[in-house]
Amino acid sequence: MQKINSTMLIEKAAQLLENGTADRVLGWKKGEFDYDITPAVFNSVDQIKKEFVFGDFCGANLSKYLVKETRKGDGKVAVFLKPCDTYSFNQLLTEKRFDREKVYAVGISCEGMADIFKVKQIAGDGIVSVSSDGENVKVETLYDGEKTIKLSDVIAERCINCKSRKCVAYDELMGEEGEIIDSDRFDMVSKIESMSEDERFGFWQNELSKCIRCNACRNVCPACTCEKCVFDNPDSCAQNKAPADSFEEKMFHIIRAFHVAGRCTDCGECSRVCPQNIPLHLLNRKFIKDIDTFYGEYQAGAQVGSRAPLVDYTEGDIEPGEAVMKGESENA
Amino acid sequence: MQINGEFKPLIVAFCCNWCSYAGADLAGNNRLAYPENVKIIKVPCSCRVNPMFILRAFQRGADGVIICGCHPGDCHYTSGNYYTRRRMSLLFSMLNFLGIEKERTRVEWVSAAEGAKFAATMNEFTEAVAALGENKRLEDLRCKR
Repeated sequence: MQKINSTMLIEKAAQLLENGTADRVLGWKKGEFDYDITPAVFNSVDQIKKEFVFGDFCGANLSKYLVKETRKGDGKVAVFLKPCDTYSFNQLLTEKRFDREKVYAVGISCEGMADIFKVKQIAGDGIVSVSSDGENVKVETLYDGEKTIKLSDVIAERCINCKSRKCVAYDELMGEEGEIIDSDRFDMVSKIESMSEDERFGFWQNELSKCIRCNACRNVCPACTCEKCVFDNPDSCAQNKAPADSFEEKMFHIIRAFHVAGRCTDCGECSRVCPQNIPLHLLNRKFIKDIDTFYGEYQAGAQVGSRAPLVDYTEGDIEPGEAVMKGESENA
Repeated sequence: MQINGEFKPLIVAFCCNWCSYAGADLAGNNRLAYPENVKIIKVPCSCRVNPMFILRAFQRGADGVIICGCHPGDCHYTSGNYYTRRRMSLLFSMLNFLGIEKERTRVEWVSAAEGAKFAATMNEFTEAVAALGENKRLEDLRCKR
């Protein structure tokens, strides 16, 4: 099976506009640099041919953009969804955040996206251009000239531990449907759980103190679609600026993760956009792991209409005291 | 909280209006002693307690937070405490994951008839928190006097 490439998607996007299936297309275009690809809405075939891109840096999850885009006008929006995006798509539908009738979803198979942080670690700073042919990444830097890196060396962490390559929602599929993968995604969570209390505190203090409160993790998260966010409230005790106290960063990240607990599909967007490279997805994964152990396996977004664990209960649920012990000793 | 150079843990207890608050009342009526540093906050139901309340209590100087509600199945609103149970299981497990002492947080079910249990729970919890010392990991220096 041929890997999905830019040409195939441009052709498909243009075709969807021309035959009237949709009157605008949600896709990706180049940002400031080759590697910073931004989501974009395309209204014309010309624009698609000029600006539409798809490659190994198109990690952005487009499902969240549907919430606002479908409210503009009556026409249909065509959208390209990678497998992990289709889970977010289902979750948003479950929460009735947009009208399914107004969307034409094209599922595309995915073999993992590249992580620019990893590229920078190998190639160094001052990247002028990046291009990828599906096997090798060619990087040109200001100081070292051109370098070739294997794509497999710079695959994003979230893709190495990919939970599913299956597109769970689409009107049309490009490439293979893919399968759910039995991944080791909870390994790092287990590792932290098996540390001592002081080590855990040290680990998170070290990571979270890097936070500059840019709110990128909140803004990109497909589960964070509230019209008004608690963190925009100046009285929320986590103000909208760089944390003045170590309490604020903990507060922000605990509450952010808690607000999406049971609804997080583990798409890993929070960690991808973090300019400080904080492993935020580990907080979400801890909740997912706990939900799986306490209340049975649950994958948010696997089906439309499933009931999230935090708005559900059974009479025999685990008591909080036991839960804390179990959450700690599960892998001791 | 330091009082006259001596450490006395400040405990915030969220008690539901229908069971635990009445339980605390009964403890008082029966002249059962529990530490004066337990500050009770009455909430309509234990599920009124937002995770933010708990963090905020720690920020403002609490050394331990306990949530008391009706026994599962006895909720005045039928199912409120079932949701509390799930939420707090996850939240406390997360706090523990972040390295915050797990002894500082607790959920206890106290009915209106359990005055003795209320007093015993508070005595025991205060002692456990006192043994841990001051809350350093979730403190906000700006809120210190």
